[in-house]
Amino acid sequence: MSVWVFVESSEGGPASAGLEIMSRARELGEVTAIYLGSASDEVAATLGDHGAARVLVADPGDRLAAAPVAAALAARAESEQPQAILFAQTYDSRDVAGRLAARLGVGVLSNANAVRLTDSGAETDHEVFGGTEIATAAIEQRPAIVIVRPKSYTAEPAGGSPAAVETLDLPDAGAAEAKVVESHAEEREGPQLGDAKVVVAAGRGIGSAEAYEMIERLAKPLNAATGATRAIVDSGWVPYSKQVGQTGKTVKPDVYIAVGISGAMQHLVGMKDSGTIIAINKDPDAPIFSVADLGIVGDAGQVVPKLIEALESR
Amino acid sequence: MRVVACVKQIPDPSTPYKLEEGTGWLLRPNDQVLDDTDRYGVEMGLQIAQANGGTLTLVSMGPTGSAQGIRQALAMGADKAVIVDDATLRGADALTTARVLAAAIGKEGFDLVITGTESTDGYAGVVPQMLAELLGVPSLTYATSVEASSDQVKIHRQTVTGYDVVTSGLPAVLSVTAGVVEPRYPTFKGIMDAKKKPLETLTLADLGIEAGPAQEVTGVNPAPEREAGRKIEDDGSAHLAIIELLEQKKVI
Ligand SMILES: Cc1cc2nc3c(=O)[nH]c(=O)nc-3n(C[C@H](O)[C@H](O)[C@H](O)COP(=O)(O)OP(=O)(O)OC[C@H]3O[C@@H](n4cnc5c(N)ncnc54)[C@H](O)[C@@H]3O)c2cc1C
Ligand SMILES: Nc1ncnc2c1ncn2[C@@H]1O[C@H](COP(=O)(O)O)[C@@H](O)[C@H]1O
Repeated sequence: MSVWVFVESSEGGPASAGLEIMSRARELGEVTAIYLGSASDEVAATLGDHGAARVLVADPGDRLAAAPVAAALAARAESEQPQAILFAQTYDSRDVAGRLAARLGVGVLSNANAVRLTDSGAETDHEVFGGTEIATAAIEQRPAIVIVRPKSYTAEPAGGSPAAVETLDLPDAGAAEAKVVESHAEEREGPQLGDAKVVVAAGRGIGSAEAYEMIERLAKPLNAATGATRAIVDSGWVPYSKQVGQTGKTVKPDVYIAVGISGAMQHLVGMKDSGTIIAINKDPDAPIFSVADLGIVGDAGQVVPKLIEALESR
Repeated sequence: MRVVACVKQIPDPSTPYKLEEGTGWLLRPNDQVLDDTDRYGVEMGLQIAQANGGTLTLVSMGPTGSAQGIRQALAMGADKAVIVDDATLRGADALTTARVLAAAIGKEGFDLVITGTESTDGYAGVVPQMLAELLGVPSLTYATSVEASSDQVKIHRQTVTGYDVVTSGLPAVLSVTAGVVEPRYPTFKGIMDAKKKPLETLTLADLGIEAGPAQEVTGVNPAPEREAGRKIEDDGSAHLAIIELLEQKKVI
């Protein structure tokens, strides 16, 4: 069985969300990676090490990936007939998956937490209602196009030899062409949300944008990444890149500290699989306590400064 | 300039959602609300239509019901609404949804289509891209800011590390994130006017298309529950319990 995995690049190498799915894909069949970026020996080695026998490299240059990459993949999929094409639930991947499915006239299963192949298609599990229930959905089609949530699988090298590199020629997307004219990176310091061992996240309960400094101070001695709820992202207190939850990042740190977060189901799906959860909330009935290993019913403005002091004096 | 905003009516998110026994599809009450995510698209559409001397048409697929959610969007200032409502569309997947929306939008004519990034009740997150492919136009996605003229659109597109500036000509499909603009609240006059604005309902026969196979949900089961742990009232020393746990977990 042939399974394709779409892998984006990050800082020059294959992005972790794609490598996670490779770990699953190699259990399902022979893996071809579709790599969005430019080819190098390191890329072929990393993808091979994670189970890809072959890599098709798609480099859109200054074009927005979606239209030209979907067109090229559709043509390839029609001639090679893979059983499944797996994508991560990330920006460019979603764009390509959507356009590709429309082009091939097939459905997409998105937001999957687990994927299995069946005789005639695929079956996926989805956390619904904030992860309290798991729905299973099925599609019967070839290729089965599935979008998998990051952190559903763990990226692990399998020790394979470098993947055979092939270039995927991208057609002119004609009227559907969009151009990327500039790229801007935010200042990134300290551990990143996706891979930190400890995450300290805040919600509206911290009271103000200024109070987020307290969260950053708490993160320092713990070598933690900082996160946020959508409520404070939408209020402009912190950038979107910090959002944890259904429409933000999924995190699975060893320890997650939630400060002034109510625990709405859209937030819980992004963090409830953390190792240990500590919550500080002044409302004893806040839903966050139902997933917390240690719940502190108290005022964040009182508890957090004392915690910082205790940590900093160690 | 003809601007179209795709808006969806959803069961009120503050009420518990229920799935239909057997199909696993979401049960939709007669009174549905405008998906909050779509208010950003409506606001963006109003601003672009106004700045470029155009109109804003709402296009929606799903059971019309009391049309309360659509009236909410009309009350913000949209000119008219088209709803595709057909019994065969129950359980429609993202591709069917996109096909239906594309047919309705194609019939209306458009220069710019605006959508949210993911719907609150379905969150497939691929309808905008599918729509763009079916309409044969660029998809400018995850916009955190937008500048549109009568022949060009330029956005800041959210990325993992920051944002890209992306441009294309028109026609195009644009998906906007929450926070791209501050949605207005309908005025009393807006609410009154909305009652008289044209609201057209179409069936699949009117569009000359057929529904694809519905999404097949094969099971819904309770997830393994995470046990709640210890809960303590802060008496001024709760931070010590946190320190103790962090030590135990070898974080410090
Ligand atoms: C489609 C959709 C997608 C969404 N996606 C996400 C997502 O990805 N991520 C996300 O987070 N949300 C998401 N949401 C929003 C979510 O539903 C909640 O609105 C949001 O998570 C609430 O954020 P909050 O906990 O900061 O705010 P609130 O719900 O307002 O909670 C604030 C909490 O702070 C507590 N508090 C107040 N004062 C203090 C104090 N002094 N000390 C301690 N505690 C205090 C209160 O008791 C309360 O529990 C989404 C919603 C929708 C509809
Ligand atoms: N049934 C629908 N009617 C109108 N617009 C829709 C519908 N479904 C999805 N959309 C649009 O597509 C966006 C993404 O939805 P989804 O792909 O379902 O997550 C939404 O924010 C809407 O703008």
